[in-house]
Amino acid sequence: MIADKIPFAARRSFLALSAALGLALALPAQAADTIKIGLVTALSGQSARAGEAITRGLTIAIDELNAGGGVLGRKFELVRRDDEATPAKGVIAARELIFKEKVAVLFGGLDTPVSMAIVPIVNAEKMPFMGPWAAGTGVTHNKGNPNFVFRVSAVDEIVDKAILQYAQKTFNAKKPGMILINNPWGESNEKGLTAALAAKGMKAVGIEKFENNDVDVVPQLTRLKEAGADSLFMVGNVGPSSQVVKSLDRMGWKVPIVSHWGPAGGRFTELAGPSAKNVHFIQTYSFFGKQTPKGDKMLTMLKAKYPDIKGPGDVTPAVGVANAYDAMHLAAMAIQKAGSTDGDAIRQGFYKIDAYDGLIKKYVKPFSPGNHDAINENDYVWTHFVDNQILPVAMK
Amino acid sequence: MLVTSALISGLGLGSMYGLLALGFYITYSVSNTVNFSQGSSMMLGAVFAYAFTVTMGWPLALAVVASLALCAAYGIVVEWVAIRPFARRGSNAWLMATVAIGIVADNLVLFTFGKEPRGFPMPGLLSGSIKVFGVGVSPLQIAIPIAGLAMAGLLHAFSRRTRLGKALLAVVQNRDAASLMGINVGFAISAAFAVSTVFAGAAGILIAPLFNVHSDMGTLFGLKAFAVAILGGITSAWGVMIAGLLFGVIEALVTALLGSSYTQIVTFSLVIVALAIRPNGLFGRAEVKKV
Repeated sequence: MIADKIPFAARRSFLALSAALGLALALPAQAADTIKIGLVTALSGQSARAGEAITRGLTIAIDELNAGGGVLGRKFELVRRDDEATPAKGVIAARELIFKEKVAVLFGGLDTPVSMAIVPIVNAEKMPFMGPWAAGTGVTHNKGNPNFVFRVSAVDEIVDKAILQYAQKTFNAKKPGMILINNPWGESNEKGLTAALAAKGMKAVGIEKFENNDVDVVPQLTRLKEAGADSLFMVGNVGPSSQVVKSLDRMGWKVPIVSHWGPAGGRFTELAGPSAKNVHFIQTYSFFGKQTPKGDKMLTMLKAKYPDIKGPGDVTPAVGVANAYDAMHLAAMAIQKAGSTDGDAIRQGFYKIDAYDGLIKKYVKPFSPGNHDAINENDYVWTHFVDNQILPVAMK
Repeated sequence: MLVTSALISGLGLGSMYGLLALGFYITYSVSNTVNFSQGSSMMLGAVFAYAFTVTMGWPLALAVVASLALCAAYGIVVEWVAIRPFARRGSNAWLMATVAIGIVADNLVLFTFGKEPRGFPMPGLLSGSIKVFGVGVSPLQIAIPIAGLAMAGLLHAFSRRTRLGKALLAVVQNRDAASLMGINVGFAISAAFAVSTVFAGAAGILIAPLFNVHSDMGTLFGLKAFAVAILGGITSAWGVMIAGLLFGVIEALVTALLGSSYTQIVTFSLVIVALAIRPNGLFGRAEVKKV
């Protein structure tokens, strides 16, 4: 071996040198002493805008917190990784942020399958995980004991009840049909919608699935039409959802569509055409209409930070921005309550938050060991696209 | 109504598969190699056409011609970069190289075209919806199979009537003899790849208004088209086109009659069964090996 031929003293000094070098390299990172906040979301691909929205919400909140001196005397720093909307990439990114970047709190993105893949890791590594978007019920309702996953976003199970309620009230729906994306998110809602219907003694006339890259959804929709559907419950991201709307147009079938919030993730009107406005979908926040002082302030800050934001219509998707903003403030409060960046202490810190006057609402005791979801059915807003803007349905 | 609408949907999608699969057929016949990134070629057609019409505001006809020309150039690049260096040495590494060049193309588009899917406006002439046997369809859905079959017909005429076409046929029959007769074999193979990517690009442009334009729009199409090419027997042009239509129709019928959960299971199982019964594809001929 080559090492055997090098004199011992030389080897020792080499070791000392490398140790010193290593220390020197490690020092600047420690000297900055920021609290790192990790974000794993889609930053490319069909949902890139959604990832950007989460980033903007987090950035505004972090700027605000840092201007006030940060928490525990330390400032926050955002570290982002792209999961390309695939669970495998998300898991790699999450591991890197936990082990290499040593983030204090890890934020997730919009894809339920990705979040579901990360959940077991954060529970095993005692890493507080905050979901500002992915709505799959199982994300927070997981088997972790203790459970490190929190969420400031819609929850499928509750959204599904709201979808049914809205369809009954607005469209007098009696025989709904489901058109769902064929992935864990669609599955999560199939369960939720079926349960919501069963609770009212109802049943869907048909349940159809479609794929992310389906060009033509006419066969599925024809089945639902033949089965006598008087309304459609739709779950899918913006691209596939637009294929459903275009297929309906071709069929000439004008049926009320009540949707989960997928269409909000991109240029729905451009993709789906003029009928895009007929899709009513759920949101947790809208920057249109009269805003609270907090909402006004948020818009001003967004306009100042991002030159492409000139009005409320440019804050898209609004839910990503609003959820991430409130979630970041709640996470900062949890760290403050924890008094350190220890994972388990932060988890318990979330339970100790009494009240927070947020953008979406005034949170009172938002988290408890039995409830890791800060947003409930009373916090939803029903919206639709008018041209390129997401407006509350009542507003013209 | 269920069956009629499935038939129309299926014929439209099927002719797309057929066009892509024809690309596999052309290059396989001439050079015994295929471009596994046909899906990317299809995507490039749609992306170029979007860039020329929507971003740069060119008239549609000009945009289509320019896009197809660029697709042809891409095909030639694929042959030079990913096929020729390997095939010349008798290596099968072109398999991986063509997949790789497709991934490169997809990612280049992701960077330049953007991350979001974009809507391709429906040409005014084809907008709206017409009734066929009581089923509402887009005029484009009728135009697509017609265009697909027309292109297959054109290919047939091209190979029988033109000098280059005849040269291609000669290379298909006997490469060495063709070379001895003064036919530039390298040029013929490049031409075959150019034609194959033009077909894929045309499929991309045709489908774009019904779909949306994004960097991975061709991936699944490319995969299904390869299944179609094998199913049709990759040595028969009409066989490949018919297999495409068949695959599209079966896919749509299974969705309509059994439900969408069964679509992929049933269609791909049928492909396996068909190949088990006819190993050289539905319309292919067994390769004769002279010893």
